Amino acid sequence: MIKILEPGLYSSIQDEGRESFQKYGVPVSGCMDSKSSNFANSLLNNPKNAALIEATQFGPKILFDVSTYISITGAKMNPLINNKKVSMNKAVNINKGDILKLGHSKNGLRSYIAIKDGIKSELLLGSRSFYNGISPKFKLEKGDEFKIVSFNEKLNSLSKINMKNTYESKYILVFKGPEYNNLSLGEKNFLLNNSFTISNENNRMAYKLKEKLKNKLKSIITSPVLPGTIQLTPGGEIIILMKDCQVTGGYPRIFQLEEESINHIAQKKTNDIVNFKIV
Amino acid sequence: MKTRKLKLSFFLYNKNSILVEWPKIISKNILEDIINFSNKLSKLKSINSRINGYNSLLIKYNSSIKSFEKEIFNLESLYKTKTSNLPTNTKNWRIPVCYEKKYAPDISYVSKKLNLSLKEIIRIHSYKKYKLYFIGFLPGFLYLGKLDNKLKLPRKKNPSTNYEAGSIGIAENQTGIYPNVSPGGWNIIGNSPILFFDPSSKEPCFAKSGDTIEFYSINENEYNLIKQKSKNNLNYINELND
Repeated sequence: MIKILEPGLYSSIQDEGRESFQKYGVPVSGCMDSKSSNFANSLLNNPKNAALIEATQFGPKILFDVSTYISITGAKMNPLINNKKVSMNKAVNINKGDILKLGHSKNGLRSYIAIKDGIKSELLLGSRSFYNGISPKFKLEKGDEFKIVSFNEKLNSLSKINMKNTYESKYILVFKGPEYNNLSLGEKNFLLNNSFTISNENNRMAYKLKEKLKNKLKSIITSPVLPGTIQLTPGGEIIILMKDCQVTGGYPRIFQLEEESINHIAQKKTNDIVNFKIV
Repeated sequence: MKTRKLKLSFFLYNKNSILVEWPKIISKNILEDIINFSNKLSKLKSINSRINGYNSLLIKYNSSIKSFEKEIFNLESLYKTKTSNLPTNTKNWRIPVCYEKKYAPDISYVSKKLNLSLKEIIRIHSYKKYKLYFIGFLPGFLYLGKLDNKLKLPRKKNPSTNYEAGSIGIAENQTGIYPNVSPGGWNIIGNSPILFFDPSSKEPCFAKSGDTIEFYSINENEYNLIKQKSKNNLNYINELND
């Protein structure tokens, strides 16, 4: 079992999410930066869909009451076990009674804490991902306890791999969205030749940009959207939908993020700069 | 059986999804055409899931689409195959609603604004069969149409933050059900005691796109009776198979 001593700013349990339930209005959910989470699981030879903890900006403090292995990837939050520094991007042994603590992120926004064989929180609609209205809670709270299994053998893990974090890159790769061609040439140029700033309205549902684009695009008849869809509202707001987004929307869809760019933007925080580039 | 086929457009949405669009009209016929097509796709193992809107269908594949042109060709030929033998598996549901003021925070406003008595509102809302176009916005939120023009009102200018689970709302030519406590912008004219969304079930929502739904009026006592049964109260939705 693990016990949450401090939840951090916004930590939740995530896995690969619910790909097949959008027809019931259920968001995809799952890890925002799935490249980092997949990497964390692979370091422990976990299955790809093993549930782990996604920490945002400021990480949690967790008590382990069994011995096992963990791995931490993604944003650097200065992880400590019993106040001693531990390596990231590596399988690390943790013992019964140890306390893992993550601090503030220095590079990127989201860290992933994987545990050998995954966290056994409740499986709902094929996933353990937290989402308000599906799971009993949407973020970790002080005192929460979750089942994990102990692992006392030697772990045959990959040795430490230097995964290059390219969070600094401001380029976000996009495909043209279904309504891209309704934009005027001037509007297209504005989107492709300017830098944009992440506003403080950024979360698991969506990232809003600070800059606005005045436009005359008509709303569309409500139609499906996916994580990574970029919408342009009649008021000129540019909204990047993320993993917990609604399944349908009525705003024009101007871009669709390339898979890798969803992971990339998940590590961007308020006031970071991005540029769009069509692939 | 209709033989005339509509002109579809295809769009590569991302590396493993294709968006198919029908003419930009909200109509029962188009919805039925989308659902017919979507049902034909249900047998294909390469497809993970299908999501429809009023005039669109998003097809998510299990892996990257190698040739968009080839996939369009496959989809178009499948669309054109005859469907006469395909059983329609749509269902009709009757849902109890309490329209009493206690459960209908906006019914007095609607009554004043539209110059209709409460009785007339209930009669107009509950006399017709609605088509379930799709489930969106929130898990289990049913988009139903078409609402009678006599009840047509815009959304609230300032959305409310806390609608009760089971709230029955109206907006423009639509009516819908808020399955859980949530923010919302539609005018609420009643509440249903039914549990509309159960994440612990494999089929979390009883209805699906293409089904039809009718509402019938119940009083407060009947409401409480059904509410008490909480989890198993889905039996109170009468399924009418025609």
